Amino acid sequence: MYQYNDFDADFIRERNRQFRAQVERRIDGSLTEDEFRPLRLMNGLYLQLHAYMLRVAIPYGSLDPAKLRQLAYLAERWDKGYGHFTTRTNIQFNWPKLRDVPDMLDALAEVEMHAIQTSGNTIRNVTSDHFAGAAADELEDPRPVAELIRQWSTDHPEFQFLPRKFKIAVIASENDRAVMKSHDIGLRIVDREGARGFQVWVGGGMGRTPMVAKLLRDFLPRAELLPYLEAVLATYNLIGRRDNKYKARIKITVHENGLDEIRALVEAEFPRRRAAFAGVDQDWLARINAAFVTPRLAERDASPYYAARRADPVFRAWTDTNVTTHKHADYGIVTISLKAYGATPGDASASQMRLVADLAERFGQKDIRVSHAQNLVLPHVALADVPAVHAALREAGTANIGLASDIIACPGMDYCALATARSIPVAQGIALRLEELKIEHEVGHLQIKISGCINACGHHHVGHIGILGLDRAGVENYQITLGGDPSATTTIGTRTGPGFAYDEIVPAIERLILTYLDLRDGPEETFLEAYNRLGMAPFKSALYEHADRAYAAE
Amino acid sequence: MPRDFNPKVITANALLEGDVVYLTIDDRWSRNLSDAEVLTDEADADLRLLQAQARASEVVGVYLTDVRTTSRGPEPIHFREDFRRRGPSNLFHGKQADTLRRA
Repeated sequence: MYQYNDFDADFIRERNRQFRAQVERRIDGSLTEDEFRPLRLMNGLYLQLHAYMLRVAIPYGSLDPAKLRQLAYLAERWDKGYGHFTTRTNIQFNWPKLRDVPDMLDALAEVEMHAIQTSGNTIRNVTSDHFAGAAADELEDPRPVAELIRQWSTDHPEFQFLPRKFKIAVIASENDRAVMKSHDIGLRIVDREGARGFQVWVGGGMGRTPMVAKLLRDFLPRAELLPYLEAVLATYNLIGRRDNKYKARIKITVHENGLDEIRALVEAEFPRRRAAFAGVDQDWLARINAAFVTPRLAERDASPYYAARRADPVFRAWTDTNVTTHKHADYGIVTISLKAYGATPGDASASQMRLVADLAERFGQKDIRVSHAQNLVLPHVALADVPAVHAALREAGTANIGLASDIIACPGMDYCALATARSIPVAQGIALRLEELKIEHEVGHLQIKISGCINACGHHHVGHIGILGLDRAGVENYQITLGGDPSATTTIGTRTGPGFAYDEIVPAIERLILTYLDLRDGPEETFLEAYNRLGMAPFKSALYEHADRAYAAE
Repeated sequence: MPRDFNPKVITANALLEGDVVYLTIDDRWSRNLSDAEVLTDEADADLRLLQAQARASEVVGVYLTDVRTTSRGPEPIHFREDFRRRGPSNLFHGKQADTLRRA
């Protein structure tokens, strides 16, 4: 993992000192809220429905035990004993007090963390594959490139006041585990004729106008990444709309101007940008690469793992869903579910965080990841140690990764000031119902994603089943979309029709799932495959040609 | 004929804690909606809003919100305001827990 140098440490210390003074000036009345608001947002401090919320960046979702323990400490010392991991692999604290936030930021700095650029119209936290460095199918670990982008984009003077926020994801495999094509820029590390470089995708996004990113450059030589990103950002900064917040993201810029026009503008700007880079960035990348050495994984006899699978059906069921193939045959990637039945998706208590930190230290090469699906990952666990990890997890060992109760849900109207309806209780209701029916292992791979407003933080557009909570004449109402796909074949889901009332949405989702079980072409056919084969009609029928249809409201 | 004016209260978030607060008739900020001054006259409500907005060193995001008057005092009309009054529905945090602690 990248370690701060003196410059980084000084930079964070100075920013924290400035913010402490800004908080003091706000409290003593020297700053108005209008003056203070942009300053607090630059440091990740929002004001939500019930309290302030501090959003802490977790670059490309990578943590180590010291960082995770410090997050646990923050949760206990200044919050209510838990934190919420988000779909952008950040963590949010829901209850900080204004006076305490400077101390929280200083405590974060002790473990080389901060909250800079987790808000505002800047380049946000760079996300990546949560299996980076461990996945069997990757060309290389994409995180050094993500770190290079993080360093380049942090406090970049030209890109602090973009038309709108800007999100970048980096992956290095055919499989897309980071929803790369839903980002403003998605980068995929590729090989072309013996050379390594990037496929550059642009203009993806969710929100009120969901778009799948378009291919801007099929191959960008490795060394040209930063000048090319600058060319894209500079083009967007110049022609991106600032007259209408809802048309300000680069996806609209690309849509309105056309991909060819954007490409021409970027390519015209690119030589100027390239000339300004003297290769220092590549020297930096080499240093960053050196910090990201994949742990030296000793050969380990995996037979205890297979023996435990044979002996213990509970363990076997958990490994079927929560353990993924590692590039080293003696190791596995362990995903720890933050989706216990009835729990808030993505919430982790301080004790859960410490448990995961301990497991990473004992069994996981001190490496921890946050996934965009709001779970935690131990990317390098010897298969022989997986039974011990499972035993230590106990009640945290929910076997549901990739299943229907592994639901992405934004905080919704339980916390978020922007939300139009609740998300969390809907997720809890669906998970509890699935547990009651005991059908989710039979159902298999099914991704349900819930957003509490049109901004789509809960990724509902790319859920196999997507749920969008809206306010319809002062009542919570939930629209359903089907057929969304967050993988490499990224697809935006299609709306089924009128929405459902709060007390009708869980039964509606149950009808969809039971319909799938009735109609699927065998257990091998997933929900998404069945939907793609059958189309909307049978699912629509299950939703609306039902005795309770009177509850449905447009 | 003048249009009906729906009763309103003034609400905001406390500057230091972020808590949801309501303006009382004696110009305090209370954590309890039941303590709020119910404004039934539009001109009066506008004036009280301006006065409340001037107290920027105490609160953030001051606005008027509709209520219905009941025997228990003002009650929120919109579900968003109900959550603001009570706290989140997934965890027993916020107002609901604070009320219990005070009891």
